[in-house]
Amino acid sequence: MKPSSYSKKRNELLSSFPSFIWLVILFVIPIGVIFAIAFKAADPYGGIGEEWTLSTIKELFNPIYPAIFWRTIYLSLISTFIAILLALPVGYYIARTGKRMREIFLVLVIVPFWTNFLIRIIAWKVLLHPDGFIKKILVTLSLADPNSILLYRPETVLIVLVYSHLPFAILPIYAAAEKFDFSLIEAARDLGASRFQAFRKVFIPGISSGIVAAFIVVLIPSLGSYVIPELVGGASVEMIGSKIAQRSFVDRNLPHASALSALLMLAVFIPLFFAALWQRKAALTGKVK
Amino acid sequence: MKRGKFALLITLFVMVFFYLPVVIVAINSFNSARFGGEWKSFTLVWYSKLFADKNIWSAFMNSLLIAFSSAVLSMILGSVAAFALEKYKSRFQTIHRMLLFSPLVVPDILIGMSLLIFFVAVQIQLGLMTVFLAHVTFSISYVAMVVLARLQDFDSSLYEAALDLGAGRFNAMRLVVIPLVFPGILAGGIMAFTLSIDDFVITFFVSGAGAATLPGYIYSMMKHGFPAVINSLSVLFVIATFILVLMSRKFLVKQ
Repeated sequence: MKPSSYSKKRNELLSSFPSFIWLVILFVIPIGVIFAIAFKAADPYGGIGEEWTLSTIKELFNPIYPAIFWRTIYLSLISTFIAILLALPVGYYIARTGKRMREIFLVLVIVPFWTNFLIRIIAWKVLLHPDGFIKKILVTLSLADPNSILLYRPETVLIVLVYSHLPFAILPIYAAAEKFDFSLIEAARDLGASRFQAFRKVFIPGISSGIVAAFIVVLIPSLGSYVIPELVGGASVEMIGSKIAQRSFVDRNLPHASALSALLMLAVFIPLFFAALWQRKAALTGKVK
Repeated sequence: MKRGKFALLITLFVMVFFYLPVVIVAINSFNSARFGGEWKSFTLVWYSKLFADKNIWSAFMNSLLIAFSSAVLSMILGSVAAFALEKYKSRFQTIHRMLLFSPLVVPDILIGMSLLIFFVAVQIQLGLMTVFLAHVTFSISYVAMVVLARLQDFDSSLYEAALDLGAGRFNAMRLVVIPLVFPGILAGGIMAFTLSIDDFVITFFVSGAGAATLPGYIYSMMKHGFPAVINSLSVLFVIATFILVLMSRKFLVKQ
């Protein structure tokens, strides 16, 4: 007995509606509200004003914002680039090594992946503290002045961004490398390619889907990072995320925070758009299934 | 063998990079000096202080409550959503799929911020309830993704065989499909639980003043004086993660 198309439609709606309605109410509408509130102004009591206005958007051109915006973009791009550069040899090595070593290294990568990220930042706070371990070593080797400060610098934010997101880069690259046919590299070597040429011209294109995935999963949280600049960057290395939190909780200016959030949303959308475009092209040319 | 020497070197460097900070924190957690620039003497005082701290335990209880309840609800919502995606290939499901996977690519701070403004706008009091709603929202997508992967491996002829043998559609679902897909549903639930226990950013935005979960409490400790119990707490966190990862690997390999 085949169910009628009417009851099939009813079953489809019944099974889709719980998640559909939940996400419309608690995901789509709130994101829409952010864009709407960006066209309001704050009232003096920390609430949201009645009138529609462009003044909040105009304030984004206040000179402090472009600086924060560009810092967010370049710190995110550089940290993503470094993370992928490190993840490539790691993914390659783990995919090629023996079964036992592979399991050990995988666990060693997955543990930081799952460790609470505040805890992982704590480790750096301890390490870089003025009375901490690294400072002591640098001063002993006279590589640093006893009065120098290691925390609250852009380089520190960069290191901690790489540290936090590196496992996210390694896992997709490893997953792609594991499926890669390594005899292709041997073939390239037999045909006269140097080891580096074979790596660059055969291995890298062969795992490009993993690299694009790594790019997205590292870049997006970097663009939105708030805790890392807040805790190891301080007032001198603010990013958009830390500004959004500051506007919401310290200044209690929700329209301003919304305008910044809308800007961040657009910044996230651009790399996603290109990744989707790449995937479409790759699917058409048969590179990825 | 020279092949892969460079890759091995970088891999070892990355492992040191991953674990050196953790090792230093672990050593420090037994150091009676506060920041461990130097070793003073061995002590367990930070651990006993940790266990005596009532606030940590109540924050931990809040975390468990939220993680368990949001994992159960998102497990149900996410699994039903995955079944719908797999079974019906209509245009409506294309939209449904996009809706389910979008939260995965939106940074935490935007999810937190948008929910904060939404709760303020519709005048829902911030507290454990709003944290619960937020955690279900970001977990549904992960559960759906995990269950969907499992369903795609599922051999639908088993379901048809059950129908041919006279089972009703409800019984075929209950007795054949769900037991076979259950490990995927459970894995999704465990993932939702872990994400919820770990989340700081979204919780921070929607929890209001009172309802601190454990990461929120850790954050406020970091902002206010950085007490040395943080070291011992971190060590316990890393050990717990290690045990969970090893257990889940064992469980997966046996499958």
